[in-house]
Amino acid sequence: MATGVNNIRLRKYPVGAGMIIVWIAGAIGLSVAAYRWIVGLRITNMSDNRPWGIWISFDMMSGIGLAAGAFSIAAIVYIFNIKKLYPIVRPTILTGFISYILAALTLLADLGLPQNIWHLIIYWNVHSPLFEIGWCVMVYTTVLLLEFSPVVLEALGWKAPLKLIQSITIPLVILGISLSTMHQSTLGTMLLAMPYRIHPFWYSPLMPVYFFLTAIAAGMAMTVFESYHSARTYQQKFEIGIASRITSWIPYVLGLYLIIKVVDVIVSGTYIYLIQDPWPTFMFLIEIMGGALIPALMFADKRVRSNPSGLVWASFLLMGGLILNRFNSTLVFMNGDFYFPSAAEIAVSIGLTCLGIIMFDAAIRFLPMYPNPREKQASKSLENAA
Amino acid sequence: MEVNRRDFLKIAGAGIGTLVLPSLDVKAAAIPGNLENAHAMLYDATMCVGCRACQVACKKRAGLPYVMDENQMYEMPTDLNGDTWTLIKLYQDTETYSYVKKQCMHCVVPACTSVCPVAALEKTPEGPVVYHSYKCIGCRYCMTACPFEVPKYEWDEINPIIQKCDFCADLQAAGQQPACSAACPTGALISGTRAEMLEIAHQRLADHPDQYFDHVYGEHEVGGTSMLYIAGVSYEKLGYPTLKDQPIPDITWPYMKAVPFVFFGMAGAMSAIYYWSHRNNEEKEG
Repeated sequence: MATGVNNIRLRKYPVGAGMIIVWIAGAIGLSVAAYRWIVGLRITNMSDNRPWGIWISFDMMSGIGLAAGAFSIAAIVYIFNIKKLYPIVRPTILTGFISYILAALTLLADLGLPQNIWHLIIYWNVHSPLFEIGWCVMVYTTVLLLEFSPVVLEALGWKAPLKLIQSITIPLVILGISLSTMHQSTLGTMLLAMPYRIHPFWYSPLMPVYFFLTAIAAGMAMTVFESYHSARTYQQKFEIGIASRITSWIPYVLGLYLIIKVVDVIVSGTYIYLIQDPWPTFMFLIEIMGGALIPALMFADKRVRSNPSGLVWASFLLMGGLILNRFNSTLVFMNGDFYFPSAAEIAVSIGLTCLGIIMFDAAIRFLPMYPNPREKQASKSLENAA
Repeated sequence: MEVNRRDFLKIAGAGIGTLVLPSLDVKAAAIPGNLENAHAMLYDATMCVGCRACQVACKKRAGLPYVMDENQMYEMPTDLNGDTWTLIKLYQDTETYSYVKKQCMHCVVPACTSVCPVAALEKTPEGPVVYHSYKCIGCRYCMTACPFEVPKYEWDEINPIIQKCDFCADLQAAGQQPACSAACPTGALISGTRAEMLEIAHQRLADHPDQYFDHVYGEHEVGGTSMLYIAGVSYEKLGYPTLKDQPIPDITWPYMKAVPFVFFGMAGAMSAIYYWSHRNNEEKEG
């Protein structure tokens, strides 16, 4: 059997109108990002009293939160040994890998001196949450690359490196879980340095715990959301049994989050703002009810979990809840001047998201993301060999 | 063409950057004591006449350009910005008025030095919080973390750096006063050690309790600052927030300290679960 690039074949899935729009939006976004490197940050609406904009709140904070599915699913399949979910591992790892690439690209647009990003490697400050996040993201992106590499190696037919990677799968997965636990929670620690800027509804000493728990829950929701849409796009069977199984754990995670949150609001006395500040109260209640409580109740209901549209809607709400939470805590209710993102900022955010979809689409077309019936047996024997 | 200090720093930064590359700076952000003998300044708002000599001296020393309107007319900035390290403001209501000086507070335990991922901000044992632009990656975390919202950015530059008062660290190292306090004609702004400044401040409050609001701002705020204030009106009115005594790095450090334990704890727990779940599985199958 020949090995190498010649082995890679294109799977001819139809290209829909939506994909063409995604390509155009991606091209526009990347062009604007390139323009930003020429003219600087003046094309954004960020200012001295609003030093972080949507690139941080959406692309970084929300993007990394939603990418948590990669480590949760890897943990469930490889560590907790629930093999039933194996078919969903590859697309989930890929989604995570792409999300981290996008986060790195976002940083290249958002940092004032992107050419200095490698300074994280030589100038250390162990006191800085961002230092730790930077390192975790660098290492974890590498881990995700390695976790994903079997798919590429399989496509190329390179057996020796494939065996090598598969022999270290478990240590890689454990490393990935540890790194994710660290930086998902440290994203919350990062905001602890701003006790006087963030509204008390969101500022809490438990922020690292909240960020970690919401990322796990919303990451699983993202996995379901993504597999539903790719099943439709690429004419695969939506594995509702798997989706139902994954989401059955979400109510426990969200329940823990909600219990801690409610106790926190009562014990710390922040409930007094429920009467004082109508606007934060409104957003807080929408986030907690619509973005956590309702999806938790929906996922707890077996009827919802056995119905694809119920699953997708609950996942959509939960993902929206995480995004709203990250926006509320890093942008909307962080003190500062009035800010609304400029067209350039919005174009880059949308463009990078579209670039993610393009990368995912390319992987599905060129790589064995879904085992096809005839190859299924072959890949299974490879798994067993490992 | 005159190379002013700011341009020099940029050029020097680029040069030093390439020289320092191989060295690994693992020195953690220094958490010094209360810096009694370090440089400090005291601003007495009741003695300030708003002449802005300090502002002019600062621009000159730091080589910061004046902000002009479209007709080349000088325009007074309304807040600190990428070209303004210090600024005199005036608070006025129907009963009273007071000048107030804005600048970096040079915290004893600064948030900015603690959050900077590349240690571009440094609290020197002599007192000043200095910025090493050659290390900076432009993440702007210092701007969001500073409780006084002091660090400002060069938003219009292609390669922007942070701008903030450096407490004339070079002048002070040479035994001179900071440019602003040297320029003050009324003695509203004086410099010395932190212990001296605190003593003078408390003496003035004790001597004229009727003239002063009874509080030395910066003595305990976020762990104390090297820039100290006494004034005749409340500090809230002068734009200085009410802050707790706890230094901001003390909030985040316990979490950062726990990171290695989280890492190895999680790895250990996962390994244990792995062995447990797979042993069970084999038993079932076997």
